[in-house]
Amino acid sequence: MSVPGAWYLVLAAVLFGLGATGLLVRRNVLVMFMCVELMLNAVNLTFVTFGRLQNDIGGQVSVFFVLVVAAAEVVVGLAIIVAMFRRRAAATADDIHSLKG
Amino acid sequence: MLGAVLPALAGFHAGVLANSGVLANAASSGVRLGHASAWVVFVIGAVLILSGAFGVILLRNPVHCALMLVVTLLGIAVEFVDEAADFLAAVQIIVYAGAIVILFLFVIMFLGVDRRESAGPERMKAQRPLAVLLGFVTLAEILVLSRVQHWSTGYAGNSQYPGGFAGPLNSRDQNVQTLGQSIYTRYLLPFEMTAALLVIAVVAAVVLSRRQESVAGEMSVEEQESVVGE
Repeated sequence: MSVPGAWYLVLAAVLFGLGATGLLVRRNVLVMFMCVELMLNAVNLTFVTFGRLQNDIGGQVSVFFVLVVAAAEVVVGLAIIVAMFRRRAAATADDIHSLKG
Repeated sequence: MLGAVLPALAGFHAGVLANSGVLANAASSGVRLGHASAWVVFVIGAVLILSGAFGVILLRNPVHCALMLVVTLLGIAVEFVDEAADFLAAVQIIVYAGAIVILFLFVIMFLGVDRRESAGPERMKAQRPLAVLLGFVTLAEILVLSRVQHWSTGYAGNSQYPGGFAGPLNSRDQNVQTLGQSIYTRYLLPFEMTAALLVIAVVAAVVLSRRQESVAGEMSVEEQESVVGE
């Protein structure tokens, strides 16, 4: 009928790996946040693919809820970043070590 | 390595489908792409996704990273269209590209952090090679684990719910109707909880980003005295 699901799963795995790599490599807090979004989208693609393979709408329902939670997460995370930048003009994650014991 | 993994994965999922047997007799609904055009759409989406992801990781300027993130999200939406998830493709564009990336760009501009990442001495020696190595380990782990049988199978329907717990994907209705019926019936309570979650997120954002010294619309003592003095 169409492209086999394994291709989508491999693509999603590669995207997840890229997001994880970026989260570890980059030191700008905002870019690290974007890499988290990359990983979330990889998982969304996996959800939709498995939903199609199993003929179950539940995969798409899960993606719907992931979208809502991702929106809330971004709002709160960016608010934290704004509050953090206001206190100290720190652009990198290495500068945020106030909680270190 | 990929060439070895792909046929195994394809065979594995063919086995899953043969076992569940739900897709074989499911009536296809709506507009289905042909085989060749589905591949074309898949490849276009994959190129968009991967180029955007590499852009997010490699580009220096955070504004450029946000714009490359849009490319990746567009590619994901293309893949959703390819998989007949029409509603999610539209929502992906509207919510992610229209709201979340705009929020990212707004914060970048607002904070003025669109300068280059400082290339100062790294606190952790060899962070970059270790990070790339760990990324490859993550990818290999996912690919290897997905070859293990029954790692990724879930509830595949039974006689009571032939199309799975949430409802069949290939019903007579359109994608939006099917999704809406599932969300508003079986997943009504989680759906209501998302409303509470969004309210909590809005309140949290206001509380977190509010300046402590002066509430918006509230004048300080000096400002009040200056107004009275005039």
